[in-house]
Amino acid sequence: MIANLVQLAAEEKQNPLIPAGPELLVGTIAFAIVFFFFAKKLLPRINTVLEERRELIEGGIEKAEAAQTEAQSVLEQYKAQLAEARHEAARLRQEAQEQGATLIAEMRAEGQRQREEIIAAGHSQIEADRKAAAQALRQDVGQLATTLAGKLVGESLEDHARQSRTIDRFLDDLEEKAEAVR
Amino acid sequence: MSDNGCGFPAPGLHSFLFKPIFTVGGFEFNKVMLLALLTTLVVVSVFYAAFGKAKVVPGKLQMAVEAGYDFVRRGIVYETMGKKEGEKYVPLMVSLFFFIWIMNIWSVIPLTQFPVSSVFAYPVVLAAVVYLIWVPLTFKRHGFVGGWKNITGYDNSLGPIKWLVSFIEFFSNLLVRPFTHAVRLFANMFAGHLMLVMFTVASWYLLNSWMIPAAGVSFVMTVAMVLFELFVQAVQAYVFVLLASTYIQGALAKQH
Repeated sequence: MIANLVQLAAEEKQNPLIPAGPELLVGTIAFAIVFFFFAKKLLPRINTVLEERRELIEGGIEKAEAAQTEAQSVLEQYKAQLAEARHEAARLRQEAQEQGATLIAEMRAEGQRQREEIIAAGHSQIEADRKAAAQALRQDVGQLATTLAGKLVGESLEDHARQSRTIDRFLDDLEEKAEAVR
Repeated sequence: MSDNGCGFPAPGLHSFLFKPIFTVGGFEFNKVMLLALLTTLVVVSVFYAAFGKAKVVPGKLQMAVEAGYDFVRRGIVYETMGKKEGEKYVPLMVSLFFFIWIMNIWSVIPLTQFPVSSVFAYPVVLAAVVYLIWVPLTFKRHGFVGGWKNITGYDNSLGPIKWLVSFIEFFSNLLVRPFTHAVRLFANMFAGHLMLVMFTVASWYLLNSWMIPAAGVSFVMTVAMVLFELFVQAVQAYVFVLLASTYIQGALAKQH
């Protein structure tokens, strides 16, 4: 207690704003050591490492960017190829359609032609048959006319009734013949 | 002064005076000097452990210290001076920041419990270092006349009051500035330590009979003050370095 008071009495003259010489010296030394280590050793070292890290990161980014550009170009290439293929396919389809259309047209024309040929052939056949029939008919008619005339002449000059009977008989004959033919 | 009859050992200036631990040829080595040197040891050791074998892929310690380094470098130096001008002053500012911070932190470390920066000599040394850098730098950068113009803010556009302005600026920048720079740190730590001692001692002193609840309050205040001091210690280190950077930036700048 008394020692405390004595100390206090001594302190009354102390001004905390007057720095003591020895403490200034120690403070200077203490700070100088810190500054020396930081400025000369430790901070240059960490700065190199930070720089290295920055370069590594930037290198990584550059690599990634390069990879991305490559991927992009490959993608574009693929897209171009795909578009080309699509184009090609469309062209082929178009061609096929056109070819099919021509083919159908050709076949239709061919069919038309064949039909007409067949029709024409039928017509000429019919014509030929008709002609042959007419020919045959004419011969028959001639023969029949001759036969009729012969009969008419054979029973010549008889009466009208006889004549009528002869003609009737002839016509009956004709009908019989026709019946027989049928 | 403290003998008010109750015997309460109130903290005062005597709380900032220490008997020498040993004496070498008249040089008295006390606790504060020991703590100052311990500060150096701690700062250098931690940074050596973190950066001595710095790796591109950092470990935990390196990462943490890098964050602190980056805070001062980018957050203070680049921010005030720019990267180009500031790069040169990064080591100074980083050493200032961590040196001051650790000096302050001793305040709340058990056993040491004393902020080195609450002894005026230590802030004075650091403020003097900054002062001795920015004043010569001003004249080196702007020449003799330009340097004075820079310091006094002499400007013809101000008209007749330019002499008054110049005088005030001269007084404020060249004379008051280093003093306030040192005192700001010193006074904060001094006051903080007084408060801590006050509540700590009171917690113990009040611990009898019916005063026990008051002792409890005092103890809670002690804990609160420790947390508050932790904050103030970091802030004061930051402010000191920020001001130092601003002064140097002012010396480098064309004209105020």
